[in-house]
Parts: sequence; structure tokens; C-alpha cells
Amino acid sequence: MSVHEQYADDLALHALNVLEGDARVSLEKHLETCSACRQELELLRGDTALLALSTTGPKPPQRSRQRLLEAIVKEPRGLGAKPVRSFNWWAAFGWAAAVGMLVVVIQLRRENSTLREGMSELGSMIGKQTIELENARRVADTITASDAMRVELVSVKTPPVPRGKAFYLRNRTSLVFVASNLAPLAPDKIYELWLFPKSGGPPIAAGLFKPDANGSATVVNPPLPAGVEAKAFAVTLEPESGPHDTPRGTAVMASGA
Amino acid sequence: MPSVDAKVGPSDTALVSAIRSGDQAAMATLYDRFSSMVYSVALRVLGDTGAAEDVLQDVFMQLWRNPASFDSSRGSLGAWLTVIARNRAIDALRRRKPESDIEDVVVCVAPDLASDADRARAAEKVRSLLGGMPVAQRAALEMAYFEGMTHSEIAAKTGEPLGTIKTRIRSGLTALRKAFQG
Repeated sequence: MSVHEQYADDLALHALNVLEGDARVSLEKHLETCSACRQELELLRGDTALLALSTTGPKPPQRSRQRLLEAIVKEPRGLGAKPVRSFNWWAAFGWAAAVGMLVVVIQLRRENSTLREGMSELGSMIGKQTIELENARRVADTITASDAMRVELVSVKTPPVPRGKAFYLRNRTSLVFVASNLAPLAPDKIYELWLFPKSGGPPIAAGLFKPDANGSATVVNPPLPAGVEAKAFAVTLEPESGPHDTPRGTAVMASGA
Repeated sequence: MPSVDAKVGPSDTALVSAIRSGDQAAMATLYDRFSSMVYSVALRVLGDTGAAEDVLQDVFMQLWRNPASFDSSRGSLGAWLTVIARNRAIDALRRRKPESDIEDVVVCVAPDLASDADRARAAEKVRSLLGGMPVAQRAALEMAYFEGMTHSEIAAKTGEPLGTIKTRIRSGLTALRKAFQG
């Protein structure tokens, strides 16, 4: 193959990078299809490189070497490299995987956020219930403590009479009974609390108790069948030796039916 | 470890291969080998040491960033670097953005420029040949090469026909080639 003569001079100018205008456009278009002219262009570039050898001058200063070496340390190989022009399936797969992972991460973050909100609500609920429980415990402690001061205020003209208050939560099967002004017991006697079901069944034993020296007594959460709706409460005086399954003794106090 | 020639040390190809692996010492070796050629051509074009140092830095950083752009099967590294340096210097002289991509620059050159002795012999041969050229031809060649002047600019400056300038430049370059082929 031989160089197309009509382009020969322009090839030399193009090798020197000084060809401009339409002539350059025309030559570059021709080079796309002419390997002989492309080869000649490469040879002419080599010729221009020989021209560089004609130059004489001082060596570059030492600082230039240092500057370059410092620059390449700051720019590890590959960071500044041009991207590969051809389509890279591995890179595409990598990007697709990265996008997929991103979606998964976003979803997990959402779920995590929901769980965190749920945990936060539970934590808030637990905190609230803890406060309520603490208040209830303090109320119960105050009512049931043996060293609590219990004072019954009654009319000055009325002699102290036995009194009792029952606090009953059917759905929790929780019962607290506080009594005062109870008469001292004979050695073989004991007071017994009774729960009368609203359903009309027999009274249910709700605890045995003895008053302290002040005539006060408490019953806290005696064993009871679950969910019994109460109609009334009563206290009887029973033989300490029992039996205690049904009221047999004298009624001391009772709530209104 | 790059392959080593007893005369000139590691080959250019081996050093470029090492650069691909991020070998900074290989880069330093190539700099020591070719920086004078690159710097002198840039200084000749620009006439300013600071600007020439910038071109020197730019050329070697291009090699560091993209060593794959040099194809050792198509010519010597020294020739390739000087072509890149000259083009960059002309771009700087004319205050224009770099026109050519270094990946597109393919250089075929006959002489081996790997060793100092090779370069010295080749330089002496080129200087001798240029010294023997007609003054007008040498002037046209140097105006195009070192000043980046187009053939139109050279024709306007010298008052000679465009075709004459084109032919002088082309024949001057091919004369250099023939001198190294003989």
C-alpha cells in the first residue's frame, strides 16, 4: 500500500499538529479508512520526535523531580486513569449489585425505624406502668404497714365502732381489706372476711385476720376464685380452729347488700 | 522486578509495566532517563523555565495516570514523550486547551533512545542533518515544530507560496527519517 499523494503534505503538517480548517477535517476523515496514510502519519510523528533531539539546554531543576515524586505519592496509580471506554459487564453487574444492596439497605432501615418506634412505644408504656405500679405499691404500703398510724374520725358523741373498707378489683382478683376499731379477740377466736358473690352463690372465704393492739387489721390479696363479681363483704368472728369454709360465727360488720 | 539490560538498566517496556502496578521507583527511573529530553523541547518551545517545568510535570503525570496509552510495539517511549511534550508546549504557547489525546498519539521512530549514548548519537545526527539543510527549509521546519506555526502563518511570514512551505516541511521530515534508515 502507498500513501495517497494528495494527502502527503497535509500528513506532515498533521504530524506537527499544525494542520487546521477544512484540510484537517478532510484528512482525519480519510485517515479513518486508510491504513497506509495512518502508518505514514505515525512515521512522520517519529520524524518530529527526532527534531526534539536537536534541542540542547539545561537539565530540569532537581525540584521538578521532587515535585513529580510527591505528586505520584499523592495520586496512587489508577485514581486518575481514564475510564475504560468499552462497556464493562462486570462493572455493570457491580453497579446493579450496589443498587440492589442500596434498596435492601433502605428497606432494612425502614423496618429498623418501625421497630425502633415500636420499642420506643413499649418503653414509654413500661415506664408509665412502672410509675403506676410504684404509686400503687406506695398506697398499699401506706395502708398495710404495721407501723402506719391509723386514725378513725367519728362524731364525738358516737363511741368507736368496728369499721372496715374493702378494695376489690374483680378483673385482677385483687382484694385489700382494712379494718379498724376491732374489739380484742379471745385467744381461741379469729376474724374472717367473706365475699358474697353477686351470682347468689355461697359466701367465699376471703381471709383470716387478727387486729393489732389498736384494733386495726389488714387483709391483702387473699386466695380467691378468679373473676367473681362481688355483691357484698362481711366479717365474722369464728373459732380459730375452724372450719373456715362457711360463716358459722357472729357477724361483726357487713357492707350494704 | 523489571527486566534489566546490562547496558541501560530496565527496559522502557518493563518500566512502563511496573508503573501500571503503581511502582513509584520505576516512575523515578523513567523520569531520570527522559526528563532532559522532555524539558529541553518544552523549554525550546516556551522559552520559560517555569512553564517548561509545568509541561514536564504534566507529561510524566499523564504517563503515571495512564501508562496503557503508550504502546511499546509502535515506537520508543522517549520519542512518544517528546511528541507529547512538544504538543503540550505548543498548546501552552498558543494558550489553547490540549488538542490531542495522548492515547491517540502513535509514534513510530527508528532509533533506539533508551540509553544516554543512544540519545547522544541520535541528537548529533539530527543536528548534523539540520545543519546541512537549506536555510529556508530548516527555518520552515523549526517554525512549524518549535513555534507551532501553520503553513499559512509561515507562508505569510516568509512571503513564500503555501505549497512550497508544505513541501519543505514534509521533505525535511522525511529526510530525517532516511538518515536513520541508512
